Amino acid sequence: MRSDNRPPLILTVSAIGGLLFLHVPILLIFLYAFTTDERTYQFPPPGLTTQWFAVAWNRADIWPPLYLSLKVAALSTVMALILGTLCAAAMARTRFFGRDQISLLIILPIALPGIITGMSLRSAFSIMDIPFSTWTILMGHATFCIVIVFNNAVARFRRLSGSIVEASMDLGANGFQTFRHVILPNLGSALLAGGMLAFALSFDEVIVTTFTAGQQSTLPIWMLNELVRPRQRPVTNVVAIVVFVTTFVPILIAYYLTRGGSETAGGGK
Amino acid sequence: MVLTADPSRTAPDPKGAILPTRGLGDRLSAVFWRHPNVLLVTLLALPLLWLVVVYLGSLTALLLQSFYSIDEFSGQIRREFTLSTYAELLRPANMDIIIRTVAMSAAVTLGAVVIGFPIAYFAARYAKGHWKALFYLGVMLPLWSSYLVKVYAWKLILAREGIITWATDGIGASAVLNGILALPVIGGTSLSTSYIGTWLVFLYVWLPYMILPMQAALERVPQSMLEASSDLGASRWQTMRTVIFPLAMPGIIAGSIFTFSLTMGDYIIPQIVGSSRRFIGQAVYQLQGTAGNIPLAAAFAVVPIVIMLIYLTIARRKGAFDAL
Repeated sequence: MRSDNRPPLILTVSAIGGLLFLHVPILLIFLYAFTTDERTYQFPPPGLTTQWFAVAWNRADIWPPLYLSLKVAALSTVMALILGTLCAAAMARTRFFGRDQISLLIILPIALPGIITGMSLRSAFSIMDIPFSTWTILMGHATFCIVIVFNNAVARFRRLSGSIVEASMDLGANGFQTFRHVILPNLGSALLAGGMLAFALSFDEVIVTTFTAGQQSTLPIWMLNELVRPRQRPVTNVVAIVVFVTTFVPILIAYYLTRGGSETAGGGK
Repeated sequence: MVLTADPSRTAPDPKGAILPTRGLGDRLSAVFWRHPNVLLVTLLALPLLWLVVVYLGSLTALLLQSFYSIDEFSGQIRREFTLSTYAELLRPANMDIIIRTVAMSAAVTLGAVVIGFPIAYFAARYAKGHWKALFYLGVMLPLWSSYLVKVYAWKLILAREGIITWATDGIGASAVLNGILALPVIGGTSLSTSYIGTWLVFLYVWLPYMILPMQAALERVPQSMLEASSDLGASRWQTMRTVIFPLAMPGIIAGSIFTFSLTMGDYIIPQIVGSSRRFIGQAVYQLQGTAGNIPLAAAFAVVPIVIMLIYLTIARRKGAFDAL
């Protein structure tokens, strides 16, 4: 039999080329944050400067959106952690009538395009005359973050051996003590990973948010406005770097928390 | 000496024969143990209440709004059941938007298969150890990293004074670029205002969604099948075409669900990179915002749902859900 363990050259080249296609564009964001040219996207940059970081720091219009984004991301992560863990605890090992429908319902907010979730919430607010507020943004974000926590938690629940729960009960712990001292420590890193991913997703979300924010501005909405009507273009790059790092770090942490198992975080978004 | 036991110390308390009852926690645990369904309902009550009220409630509101209409004189929403808003979708201008969006979704899906397959195949079959981790991270990080940052990066790349123009000038290929831009329909004044540009950005942003399920399907192709195919005299290309590709098909369909659905529902990419011709997402956004025509916006938003339901029904028959 012919040994087939070396990939054909064309495959190697196109695979690595594909990976480069996925990564090189992001690097340009970093480069353009240092350009001296603030009116166009001229390449190569006519000169390099670090002044835009100071300019961005002193721009008063950046801080309120940043706070709002952090607040919404933190709150929706907490809500998703609670609701997602409850779902996962109920669904991991049970079979009951309507189970498939419930898992579809959990996945639907992220399976349907964001514009449908956004437009649906917008319609509901319109019908019920609910004014836009931080809470209306939060309702959208929490809804699509539940599935992220759920996916991470349910995989860990399934891997968790049932016998340690029984052992805990045999030793006299009640259900709440078992949860606190046995289940939660085992679940910890999966929940942390799920929470990190949910935070990253919420911090960066723009499509649903534009429908539920009204006049408020989160950091992605601020960025979107700058993309449509730019002023001081390199400042947008500085903010883009901040957004990139704020989402990148939690994702890497989530990966390292769960790697090696059959449940590595981030396999599905 | 009289051996009299102190009754208060030795006589077992009949109620606490096994373990003393410690309070509410114990009693609740006992109820949950005897009636698992009570536990199930308690756990699911809160999240289900949220999802049903907030999410399903909103989806119902969307459907409801799409059956309302707008009064052409006052601009107020008339809250009576009518199909006239859906009839408006059939106007040529609106049909153009729908056809354009579906065509773009199909083109993006096709492009994602072509570019994604080598990556998925290499990662599933040849990458080992550190390379495997590198490939996984290499696909997962772009999947999760900021959507807007990715779109912005392409605005920089495709701009008329940007890196592509610089590179094509540098290698003396600007005639080729101008030739491509001069093409009818897909061309334009610059890459950032043409369909080619829009397509490239869509492709870039949704590509990881295609690679991951494709890779999952390819990892499940048993090595023995490839060996059998080789033993029976098939060339590499024949093995690829008749064995690997059909087995990867469920993964490709699963990935195409994402690329298709995400392209149809996006309104930001064509707004930032593209010609002024609108897609469904932009129509929804403008109609609910500046135009204030929420019923028509809702009807437009129902279109992707219907298309995806049809698509999912076909995909289910092809067994694509096993690869998710």
